[in-house]
Amino acid sequence: MRGPLSLIDIDQLSSEDIQWILETAESFEEVSTRAIKKVPTLRGKTVVNLFYEASTRTRLSFEVAAKRLSADVLNFAAQQSSVSKGESLKDTALTLEAMGVDAIIVRHSSAGAPHLLSLWVEPRIINAGDGMHAHPTQALLDLYSLRKARGDVAGCRVALVGDIAHSRVARSDLQAFSKMGAEVTLVGPPTLMPAGVERFGAKVSHDLDEVIPDCDVLYMLRVQLERQAEGLFPDLREYSELYGLNSDRMRRAPRDVVVMHPGPMNRGVEISAEVADDPRNIVTDQVVNGVAVRMAVLYMMLGGD
Amino acid sequence: MCALEEMTGVSKESVRVMEEPDIKRALNRIAHEIMEKNRGAQDLCIIGIRTRGVYMAERIAGIIREVEGVAVPVGTLDIAMYRDDIGTKPSPEVRSTDIPCDVTGMSVILVDDVLFTGRSARAAMDAVIDFGRPHSIQLAVLIDRGHRELPIRADYVGKNIPTSRTEKVRVALRELDGTDAVDRDSQEPEGLDSSVREGS
Amino acid sequence: MSAQRLLIRGGRLLCPFTGLDGPGEILVVGERVQAIGENLPDEGARVLGAEGLLVSPGFTDLHVHLREPGREDEETIASGAEAALRGGFTTVCCMPNTDPAIDCVPVAEAVLRQAAVAGKAEVRVVGALTKGRRGQELAEMGLMWRKLGISAFSDDGCGVADALLMRRAMEYVRIFDGLIISHCEEPSLARGGQMHEGYHSTRLGLRGIPAAAEEVMVARDLILAELTGVRLHIAHISTAHSVEMVRIAKQRGVRVTAEVTPHHLIFSDEDLAEYGTDLKVNPPLRSAADREALREGLADRTIDAIATDHAPHSREEKEVEFDGASFGAIGMESAWPALYTHLVDTGILALQDVLAALTCGPARVLGLEPDALGLREGARADILLLDCDDDYELAAAGFASLSRNCPFDGQRMRSRVAATVQSGAIKYQSDKPRAAVRQKTGSKRGARSAAV
Repeated sequence: MRGPLSLIDIDQLSSEDIQWILETAESFEEVSTRAIKKVPTLRGKTVVNLFYEASTRTRLSFEVAAKRLSADVLNFAAQQSSVSKGESLKDTALTLEAMGVDAIIVRHSSAGAPHLLSLWVEPRIINAGDGMHAHPTQALLDLYSLRKARGDVAGCRVALVGDIAHSRVARSDLQAFSKMGAEVTLVGPPTLMPAGVERFGAKVSHDLDEVIPDCDVLYMLRVQLERQAEGLFPDLREYSELYGLNSDRMRRAPRDVVVMHPGPMNRGVEISAEVADDPRNIVTDQVVNGVAVRMAVLYMMLGGD
Repeated sequence: MCALEEMTGVSKESVRVMEEPDIKRALNRIAHEIMEKNRGAQDLCIIGIRTRGVYMAERIAGIIREVEGVAVPVGTLDIAMYRDDIGTKPSPEVRSTDIPCDVTGMSVILVDDVLFTGRSARAAMDAVIDFGRPHSIQLAVLIDRGHRELPIRADYVGKNIPTSRTEKVRVALRELDGTDAVDRDSQEPEGLDSSVREGS
Repeated sequence: MSAQRLLIRGGRLLCPFTGLDGPGEILVVGERVQAIGENLPDEGARVLGAEGLLVSPGFTDLHVHLREPGREDEETIASGAEAALRGGFTTVCCMPNTDPAIDCVPVAEAVLRQAAVAGKAEVRVVGALTKGRRGQELAEMGLMWRKLGISAFSDDGCGVADALLMRRAMEYVRIFDGLIISHCEEPSLARGGQMHEGYHSTRLGLRGIPAAAEEVMVARDLILAELTGVRLHIAHISTAHSVEMVRIAKQRGVRVTAEVTPHHLIFSDEDLAEYGTDLKVNPPLRSAADREALREGLADRTIDAIATDHAPHSREEKEVEFDGASFGAIGMESAWPALYTHLVDTGILALQDVLAALTCGPARVLGLEPDALGLREGARADILLLDCDDDYELAAAGFASLSRNCPFDGQRMRSRVAATVQSGAIKYQSDKPRAAVRQKTGSKRGARSAAV
């Protein structure tokens, strides 16, 4: 397969592309089980983690994935760019290009930054999360994890619960799950629903209890304290009461329900400690699978000509 | 392959070089040579290189089981992760590798359908060594068609077929292709790199 | 030595002020139109051939940012006034959001002096409504009017959040029947927004500016205008609901006018899919339905004028992440080609309506006496020659403006300003080799243009 020049969001991938990535990830997963967890596939390739936002898990996951494929990894923890201070995003990218890197994995607080990079420089661009826009590798690893947990994504009833409006994970997951045939319901207070949500083809509910008995997957999104300061809900106690996943709600969910979370979890807010430790919560599998999926993505982007 | 021929529309002369009984006899002989050289089937591990090497490995293991009464572990190796031409062509498909035992101290028999430049065998050896430190690695192939680019030689050969570089040798196996046969195509469709096909 | 004579011959005269539409010649003597008719005498006159061209009154741009004083790297009064001429604007109204703001007589005087020295398009100053445009105390509007004749005031760039202050300003300018130009944007609703709030902002992950941020303030200011009797002008109107409110207010007799920009008439929020920062403007590009309402509003004269909101920005302010990019697009040199190509040539709007919104519409907003304007004897000779049978690529690199943030850059255009006469002098002539292009485009296009 000849990969796209950049991976900016899920939209650009066909369901066949996604299928290919998931199958390739399955093959790569075995590498992580070996005594010597390394193959020479991307030997001589250089990838850089260009992170404008602190993110330990995504950065580490990409770094492990790249290293297991023998690529050289540079980490560039950039200061938040602005016109007035520091080097501009474009200059940083041009510098990396001049150093001959083959791929730039970019995390940025500004939506569209990876897209702009792909217009400005030659190296392959992989979006590791941009503002409220997209987080395609998270969505791919979520698909992969769900497929492993349930066998098939098609027909799955998935509830995405929480701050849909500000979540790039929600946007990418919504696209990815829908594309692979799942039935998605967005759950949260109206203040955390994005504009134009009705055009995304998902059901919308403001009542978690109404949704819970009829869903196969409960995907709990992280809720950030600053949303309370913005006046989007009264306080965390009320949020947790109305939209948090606790043992009581788990009892009303189907017995084989799968709980997912992009991490890191806010125990006691969107997910109670008991549910966080429930075996049906596959959050640690998601982390493990992240490496295999990112290996597949790197291979797709850099393995060809 | 047939679809490819139809698509390219290049007529070529195809010569049948092995029939089903020939292949059966060749694999029989290879199995016996393996047992002879390794003094039985102890500490043997047979690993087929995807795709057709896998079926050959299973057949050879079957013969050994009949003769020695020993179930030799059979593994599957995908060498896409170890290729030396990454970045020069579209990414080859990566499929799963399954090594059923610890290879350290074992005699590993790598099985492939065609030995050509030797690059697949090199990749396969690198892959095996990543799983441990075998006592030895041996190579069994159905066809050796020459034109080596690396200092590699097969320990067990079904048939030597002299070829020109541009010719193509096609191995068909019952499990995958419905029939057992080896054909030599004397004319290569233009623009198709013959090395793509090696070991497939 | 007698005054210079200029004879414009061979074109089709089209004047929204007088309703004139047909072949004819214009004789200009000095600054003014001496005669309009057939076979006018050409002795001693410079002849400007207008064969195959449209001859229109000069355009007026109610809304430009010339950046001087303060950001002369982005635009100066001279470069902006030259850009105006190239775009066919013989008069422009510059907004007061300079640094320092044009909020008192000395700054306004300096701007007018620079414009006079440049001697290009006429520059009219819009004074600041409040001191420093801080929205706290009224600026010395009475002095600016008394000493310099400035009669339009605005805090453009941001909305006046304090309703009481807006009411006082409206009441105060009744001294001289002044014009309040309102940038309608409720700051708390718009805060942090990057583009129109809707499906596309969600898709792109950009914070939205709801249509309501504009509409809330349009409603407030219309109510206050009715209360105070002031002349109110809604700058860069952008939503369907705003247009509807202005329509109703006009029916109620409120003295309100409105302008729309070419980019709001042509683009919509869908066009931001590539995160192009040259399309990051304020108010933001709205939905396709809003755009449709703006076009209807222009056609039925609810919207009086097309104004460019020419907003020059340096590359450093635009070649950055979308969140960090400045709002605004330059527009004077692209307005006519873009309007003609996207709206007139496609049949979406009538040529007459677009021309009216660039000529007599703005004059009406400014309260100018229409009988002294347009293509008529005695009027100031501000005249354009427009070539509507062209096919070329618009290149911002060749603009007179010092900035390049033009969202129409690189587009194929069907029309251009061939010449601009301002106060009787030919101040701009396109250097396009017309004959060559004419040959290239062939007769089919010629027939089409004749049918316009």
